[in-house]
Amino acid sequence: MRESPRQELWVGAFVFVGLAAIAYLSIAIGGLRAGGPGGLEIVATFDEIGGLKNRARVVVGGVKVGQVKSVALAPDFRARVTLDVDRRLELPTDSSASILTSGVLGDQYIALEPGGGEEGGGNGPRFLAAGDEIQYTQGAVILERLIGKLIQNLGNGSSKNGGSDAGADGATSEEGSE
Amino acid sequence: MSPAASLRALGAGSLAVVRNLGRFTVFSLGLLVAGGRPPWRGRRLLREIYDSGVLSLVIVCISGVAVGAVLGLQGHNTLVRFGAEENLGAVVGLALIRELGPVLTSLLVAGRAGSAMAAEIASMKVTEQLDGLRMMSVDPLDFVGAPKATAMILSMPLLATLFTLFGIFGGYLVGVVVLGGDAGSYLSTLQDAVRFSDDVAGGLIKGLVFGVLVALIAAYRGFTAQPSSAGVSAAATSTVVIASVATLVSDYFITALWGY
Amino acid sequence: MDAALAVARPIEIEARGLCYTRGTRVIMEGLSCVFPRGRISVLAGPSGSGKTTLLRMIACLIQPDRGAIRIDGEADVAQMGAAALRAFRRRVGMLFQGGALLDSMSVFDNVALPLREHSELGEAQIRGEVHRVFEAVGLEAVDDLLPGQLSGGMVKRAGLARALIEKPDLLLCDEPFSGLDPPTVRRIEELLQHVNESVGATMLITSHHTQSTLRIADHLVLLQDGAAISGATGELLREDPRVAEFFVEPPLRERANCAP
Repeated sequence: MRESPRQELWVGAFVFVGLAAIAYLSIAIGGLRAGGPGGLEIVATFDEIGGLKNRARVVVGGVKVGQVKSVALAPDFRARVTLDVDRRLELPTDSSASILTSGVLGDQYIALEPGGGEEGGGNGPRFLAAGDEIQYTQGAVILERLIGKLIQNLGNGSSKNGGSDAGADGATSEEGSE
Repeated sequence: MSPAASLRALGAGSLAVVRNLGRFTVFSLGLLVAGGRPPWRGRRLLREIYDSGVLSLVIVCISGVAVGAVLGLQGHNTLVRFGAEENLGAVVGLALIRELGPVLTSLLVAGRAGSAMAAEIASMKVTEQLDGLRMMSVDPLDFVGAPKATAMILSMPLLATLFTLFGIFGGYLVGVVVLGGDAGSYLSTLQDAVRFSDDVAGGLIKGLVFGVLVALIAAYRGFTAQPSSAGVSAAATSTVVIASVATLVSDYFITALWGY
Repeated sequence: MDAALAVARPIEIEARGLCYTRGTRVIMEGLSCVFPRGRISVLAGPSGSGKTTLLRMIACLIQPDRGAIRIDGEADVAQMGAAALRAFRRRVGMLFQGGALLDSMSVFDNVALPLREHSELGEAQIRGEVHRVFEAVGLEAVDDLLPGQLSGGMVKRAGLARALIEKPDLLLCDEPFSGLDPPTVRRIEELLQHVNESVGATMLITSHHTQSTLRIADHLVLLQDGAAISGATGELLREDPRVAEFFVEPPLRERANCAP
């Protein structure tokens, strides 16, 4: 078993550099976190979630504060989304959640807008706690429905519907959208 | 050949393949069991990691930079058509982390370290060194095979990651330094697009699986080599061929399974 | 020093009805012979007559198609379970034709290997044992050399040292005189006789060298046409014309047959 100190050194260096490379790739680039921020689970129900996926970002003012934990179908056929956000977050109970799209063709994510905190009665704002539900939600824009509406509007000739609005409620649709 | 004869040949050939597969499986299980039991051969493992890992560093790193550079070039040319060239970092990074890093590293290592491993074991067989070990009641699978296989399995993910990082650097060299892209976008799109659980973890799993495949195939071809000089070289070349094909085929299955 | 190498229980081997066919070649057909306890037996015969095959069967490196090899009249080598085989091999030392030393390890490490694997001795004790056996076989200053750096004669001595270090009851030597110049052959002959006298193990040697064979064999086993003619050397030469013919006549006979 001829090993030389030099060989040992090289092997040690190789393994060290290799593990460091994996760590760098995972943490700095891949965004792995050890038990990261999160821990506060709140729920939001939407009419339409569009392309929202698990682990999609949840942001406040553009800053990521958590991710989507799971998506399920509620009994009333709306989409019930569970969010896992930073436990230090103090969101007033009248905050709202909207599903937005990153760029025109990008991923969908949830943006939370803190409310005015006016539901606390006289004792100051109440904040969302674990398991609470966000009351004010705005579902995803489905591009096809938007276009459909636009065509419809143009087809009708006049602007009876007051222009297109960004809040598609997904209740009616001429195109068979998914 | 008459139809009956060709049919017989086909049957015999298929049986031979199945039998070989069976023998390979039994051998691999024996090797894994032998390796999983004490005595732990630390010194020999060290030497083997040096042989498979450290000595493969040069080829892996140089190839990594080269492949990353090509990705940078091709990626840029394609993205420019969609006006999306600031996403180069994401393109290069994802391609390397998920696919090219583990797969190309495995092919390179199979060629360099895999063939060397098979040839060394085969030549030990020819010179009766393996029989010598048996006569001393030392199991050649435990003494020779297990350290080599373990070293290969440990080294492969490490080498694949180094290949990937050097590749990302290569892409950076071409995309930013040569073609004048934006360094900030390169890195930020890269960070945005890459997720540990999907991409990095998948790449590491591939590295591990490929390491296992190359290790077992090299050991098997070495131990079952014909005891002659021609047998030694046949062991080396067949290792490269079989391990390369196995890498590429299993790559599909892992990609499909990992990405659901 | 010699007393330290002396052995308690030399083995007697009896081969009975061995049959072995490779493809179309019948190597052994009903081969039976005895290797008496504590004596030097030489397996002689023309090339391809099965000398090395028989030796390897006794070492249980290959299995006969039929027949038995009884150790001390009891167990059949071919039927032994793993534990019994391990116990048997601990009593056997084998010198291979090329030495079969592990070429990546120093001579010292090679000879120390059986002790390091099987015994609980400390490094200092192992060092003592190795040097004792080096002295017995006439090797000096080879500790740190690699097997590739040794001359032919030294390789045989080192292989012999490794075979002797665990004080075997049976010593198997495959062509110990091959590839050596005549003076070295004489020295190895003397060494083998010395080992037999001091250690007392049963020794089985295969050899082409008719001269060496006649000089050192107490017991002769001549393999011819798949069977064995065996007996004490002197008697056999006197009483069996086939043996006499093999050992004394061949060169002359061939000259006579080739005469135009």
